[in-house]
Amino acid sequence: MAANPMKIRASNKEGVTEVKVLISHEMETGQRKDAAGAIVPAWFITELTAKHNDKVVLTSEFGPSVSKNPYLAFKFKGGTKGDKIVVTWKDTKGETRTDEAAIA
Amino acid sequence: MMKKLLIAALCAGLAQTVLAEEKAASGKLVTKNPVTAEAEKVFRDSFRIDNPKYWMQRVEQDEAMKLCGQYKDNPPTALRQKIELAQKASIRYPVEGKLIGNWKEGEKIVAHGRGGHVGFIQPDKPMTPRGGNCYACHELDKKEVAYGTIGPSLHNFGKIRGYSDDIVKYAYDKVYNSNAFNACTNMPRFGLHNWLTPEEITHVVAFIMDPESPVNKD
Amino acid sequence: MIQGLTRILVGIAVATAFSSGALAQDNKVAEELAKYREALADGNPADLFEVKGEGLWAEKRGPKNASLEQCDFGLGPGKLDGAYAQLPKYFKDTNKVMDVESRLVHCMVTLQGFKQEDLTKDWFSKPGRESDIEALVTFIGAKSNGKPINVPATHPAEKKMYQIGEYVFYRRSGPQDFSCAICHGQDGKRIRLQDLGNLTTKEGAGTAMKSWPSYRVSQGAVWTMERRLIDCMRQARFPEPKYLSDSIIALQVYLQKNATGTVMETPGIKR
Repeated sequence: MAANPMKIRASNKEGVTEVKVLISHEMETGQRKDAAGAIVPAWFITELTAKHNDKVVLTSEFGPSVSKNPYLAFKFKGGTKGDKIVVTWKDTKGETRTDEAAIA
Repeated sequence: MMKKLLIAALCAGLAQTVLAEEKAASGKLVTKNPVTAEAEKVFRDSFRIDNPKYWMQRVEQDEAMKLCGQYKDNPPTALRQKIELAQKASIRYPVEGKLIGNWKEGEKIVAHGRGGHVGFIQPDKPMTPRGGNCYACHELDKKEVAYGTIGPSLHNFGKIRGYSDDIVKYAYDKVYNSNAFNACTNMPRFGLHNWLTPEEITHVVAFIMDPESPVNKD
Repeated sequence: MIQGLTRILVGIAVATAFSSGALAQDNKVAEELAKYREALADGNPADLFEVKGEGLWAEKRGPKNASLEQCDFGLGPGKLDGAYAQLPKYFKDTNKVMDVESRLVHCMVTLQGFKQEDLTKDWFSKPGRESDIEALVTFIGAKSNGKPINVPATHPAEKKMYQIGEYVFYRRSGPQDFSCAICHGQDGKRIRLQDLGNLTTKEGAGTAMKSWPSYRVSQGAVWTMERRLIDCMRQARFPEPKYLSDSIIALQVYLQKNATGTVMETPGIKR
């Protein structure tokens, strides 16, 4: 299923940019059983990166322990209003999604 | 003439006050809600007119429900006794006659909290079994830490009270119709509403009354 | 007779002896729950819905291609600071008591030209289908953050709605004999491990009402007060009242009046 866009909010205060991201993803662990007793196949984000303008500011490895519709917040030094923040994730099905926002 | 009218008006005023306020069992004055009829209409009008009849049945109230609402769950003593007697008379017993069943079956019924949801948002599928959902309000098996406190702890229920037939019957009656012992109690009337069958209630009774049940083992 | 009495007395003594052990276990559970709530508070996804709502508020939408910026929630057109905290209230232009959601839908119909049936058909968000109303209410609610709840319900229509709300609060029916009061009419109780507020008191109602709308982690969505109340009815094994119906608005008048004076902390985050 085509995922809903990520919600990204970035704001800069005293030289530090805080980024909040709400991701839309099932994050299925592969451990659950459905009503019929069959295993619901694993489907989760494996990696996520964030860029400020063209510089990578965050790389991360997600996994089955991260819950559905993950919420991620992080900070980095630098950035000014109007700069682009780009977030990209990749999952176990090989699907990928990129969304961006400007620092408010 | 004016004096007579004045006295009549005063008497009518006093009578109104006496009618409108009654002392609840706790001694607190309870004033009747002045907009009862209108409120009832507003409540009923809030549902879709094309709702299935068996959903809307759930909006109907019996006498006890109406009285409890009217007195904010704290009816005056005389009324309380009246309700309790009427509720006691509604109790039905299992065909087999034995009031204590299988505690292992009871354990399942007690822990199960689903069933009986209607509506559009998240109705239960047809034939979803209904559980007692006892842990919502009570502590039972000490191993279950996720228990509620709306009702008293039932841990060691049989161990504390003894395993006589009297207590077994009390437990059965209480689960079937809690209001028989305490008018307007918070506990659902499982038997009266057919939420649990008499047979299922005997299993619940066994879970709290069988010496081998985890409820009584520690 | 004496034997029975002795048995009861022994029973009470034994029960008291056991209860101190139960108290220690309860405290440990309460501690863990407090830690969980603390962890939740560190970052609220509702902030992102608030941003979405802010955008929807200013965007020209609907057949009339207009924004919502002239919507009047009782403090004047476009005045949002403290608006949520003083709702529900009586509105002269519609001659009825309205809560934030019914007033918002009214504005979406009158200012933007949307049809009421279209707006309320899918009134709450589901996986794959987000609700604009939820985002807007989150934004409007956030504009009351830090303001005290103020619903004196002095207008005769508001007074009546308060009484209707109280009636519904205590109204028992259904196959479990439930009313709101069963769970929310006393102090210091919990259902399973969920603490229950006594909504008939200022403290209980205030603690509850100050944090809505709220992001519900278990649902992955922001819930508005109507969503919460209608779902309570579902859990009580009642059929659901219609979205925006008067009984739900009346309940909100009852709860907000009881909560009056409590400072709002919204959007909230709950399990």
